[in-house]
Amino acid sequence: MIPVLWAAITITFLLIRYAPGGPFTEEKNFPEESLQRLNEHYGLTDPLWVQYWRYLGNMLRGNLGPSFKYPNRTVNQIIAETFPVSLELGTQAFLFACISGIVAGLLASLRPNSLWDHTCMAVAMTGICVPSFVLGPILVLIFALGLGWFNAAGWQSPADRILPVVTLGAPYAAYIARLTRGSLLEVLPREYVRTARAKGLSETHVLLRHVLPNALAPVVSFFGPAVAGLLTGSFVVETVFHIPGMGRVFVAAAFNRDYSLILGLVVFYAFLVVLFNTLVDLLLAWLDPRVRMEV
Amino acid sequence: MRPTLPVLTKLVAAAFVAGCASRETPVAIGNREQILHLGNLSEPKDLDPHIVTGVTEQNILSALLEGLVAEDPCDLHPVPATAATWDVSEQGRVYTFYLRREAKWSNGDPVKAQDFVFAFNRILSPGLGAPYAYMLFCLTNAESYYRGQITDFSKVGARALDDHTLELRLTSPVSYFLALLSHQSWFPVHPPTILKWGRMDQIGTPWTRPGNFVGNGPFVLKEWEPGSRIVVRRSDTYWDRDRVRLREVQFWAIGDHQIEERAFRAGQLHVTGTVPIDMLQFYRDRYPERLRLAPYFGTYYYLLNVRRPPLDDVRVRRALALAINREQIVRYITRAGEDPAYNFTPPGVAGYVPRARLTGDPVTARALLAEAGFPGGRGFPKLQLLYNTSEAHERIAQAIQQMWKDNLGITIELVNMEWKVYVAQTQSGKYDLARAGWIGDYPDPNTFLDMWVTGGGNNRTGWSNPLYDSLIREAAREQDPAARLELFQQAEKILMDEVPIIPIYFYRSKALVHPAVKGWFPNLLGRHPLKYVYLELPETGLER
Repeated sequence: MIPVLWAAITITFLLIRYAPGGPFTEEKNFPEESLQRLNEHYGLTDPLWVQYWRYLGNMLRGNLGPSFKYPNRTVNQIIAETFPVSLELGTQAFLFACISGIVAGLLASLRPNSLWDHTCMAVAMTGICVPSFVLGPILVLIFALGLGWFNAAGWQSPADRILPVVTLGAPYAAYIARLTRGSLLEVLPREYVRTARAKGLSETHVLLRHVLPNALAPVVSFFGPAVAGLLTGSFVVETVFHIPGMGRVFVAAAFNRDYSLILGLVVFYAFLVVLFNTLVDLLLAWLDPRVRMEV
Repeated sequence: MRPTLPVLTKLVAAAFVAGCASRETPVAIGNREQILHLGNLSEPKDLDPHIVTGVTEQNILSALLEGLVAEDPCDLHPVPATAATWDVSEQGRVYTFYLRREAKWSNGDPVKAQDFVFAFNRILSPGLGAPYAYMLFCLTNAESYYRGQITDFSKVGARALDDHTLELRLTSPVSYFLALLSHQSWFPVHPPTILKWGRMDQIGTPWTRPGNFVGNGPFVLKEWEPGSRIVVRRSDTYWDRDRVRLREVQFWAIGDHQIEERAFRAGQLHVTGTVPIDMLQFYRDRYPERLRLAPYFGTYYYLLNVRRPPLDDVRVRRALALAINREQIVRYITRAGEDPAYNFTPPGVAGYVPRARLTGDPVTARALLAEAGFPGGRGFPKLQLLYNTSEAHERIAQAIQQMWKDNLGITIELVNMEWKVYVAQTQSGKYDLARAGWIGDYPDPNTFLDMWVTGGGNNRTGWSNPLYDSLIREAAREQDPAARLELFQQAEKILMDEVPIIPIYFYRSKALVHPAVKGWFPNLLGRHPLKYVYLELPETGLER
């Protein structure tokens, strides 16, 4: 984990400084003196290795530096403000994707090749194919502008969560539905399921205790990449719905050449991805005793 | 599971519809409670008047702070603000301002002349690195102080004669001085607040955060949700608070124009910052009273790098300038009723209407190109036209590329680049032709014409004309307004004869405005002082 993080930081550090234009490149020319003063203040006039070393030292002490674009805020503050928003959006989208995906897949698998099954899977296919920057505005058009049920943008009231969460979660719900259905169709005809039913257990008991834990393993493996995608892919949804989350800040930081903010976010994201992959491994172990024994 | 699920779904859906159908839009609530929702286009870099340069920040700062002089909301002429009256003496070199005694900061402190002196000291401090410090260079010794040549601020031409009298001395008379003073670089700041968070010239302190910010304007800073919105509320200490009718204003930092327009349609914004070009016809047809288009003090033009042949030949430059059909561009591409630009300075400010015009047509253009050695476009190098990535710029560039091909027989390559890369390239002179735009900083032709002096910070063409330089210098000193405008006319003629830049059209401000918004007047700078704005529903009911 440490070497990966270190490599990410170093490569990012070098790459952003070689991109044309800097944090103070503006259309209306900065007077020479001002530019010089600002570059000095932010340490950009020091040799590159000095800046690098200083950044690493500060980072290890938990100080990710000031934002170059927003002088009255530090990177730590920006992350503290925006991460909870992205986390809330991502978590709710994830829950929505899991619940609707698993339920849809489950229902489809119980009546394979029926109209219900085909409809579910067709909707799922659309959910996977339609990108969020198309789906989002369509939902806004229908539910916000057409029916007037919601706001078109913003993250103020609880109702503002609904459209973005559906937009972000839709492709994952669709994927999970298809995975669940396929996996269940594979598990349901197995011998031990018939045995369980023969023992006289209720259908619900059979489904929940014997079928789902085995069938959900592929779905849970999908969680790792899904969560990473939900957290990082939220940029599009955050832009479409004007949500003050971290994804949008990340892209803006790149456009603004806000060096410290870009680096701080790279560090943070890299750490998150590694964390979530570890958690998923643990979850898989809990679900599947065979993996547990290996671990 | 089978019977309960459909029933459950129906119940949830019913509850949903019932709850949602009674939704009151933010605009409807705002109309009732005098809360104005403004689309402000981007997240402000900061709310410190001495370090910001954009219109986004200016809109908010004009609500939180007030300078010596303000602008009339209809025609922008200077009106008293923190200064109740003033005298001008020594032929325009000395201005003495008498501040209102009832002017107060938001924490109750009286606004004093020393606060203005402190503010000017701050923005001119070398340590702060303020990009707009040069706006104050008309004060005696201000430039020397900024460059660190002198360190005693008492030598600079800003002095507090007493708590309520401020004397400003200028190196030479500036006829538009009062118009300059409503710019945020001249705003006062509250010295104890600045000093509480660091040195006067310290970069990056949190003094502008809600709870810390102290201002003297009609509104106070209540909330700042970064990337989302900024909320300001009517001030209880502002001297003219009885005239302020709005209770609260929310500035929404929605950057994407399509999303902002949808928010307007959904009843979330009273006023938008702009209108997407593709929606102009929709509003013209369906809601014309909500569409506000007005001339804006800005020019869209192309830069020509006169250091690179064949652009060093004035005949080539004129040929390029004359082979463009500007009427078609404003009618079919930009579509907001813009005026084609045959000179550089937008007309209507300080009584200045440029006489110099680019006259000629494609036939003249072809003749010029032939004279320069490229008959029919033969032998003309394939130059590159740079522009920052945007659909609007792309459409215009493609149209012009086609016009040059059809009219002159030359091929120009279009190159789009990300904003910062584009700025870095044009600033360092690494381009042939580049798209550019300029918005005036203050209502005077000088803000447009002084760009092109030799070595000017914003002159990226490499063009130099000593006669032009001397005309601009003289105009800065000239006291008689008519004579001054005449000097500008001559300068504009030189500019249009030599065409280091090709003007294309004059900007229009575009906004969607809800009918309940009153006190919102169109003017050339697009400034709408919020102390005059209020919300009033018309007699007939509005659905949103």
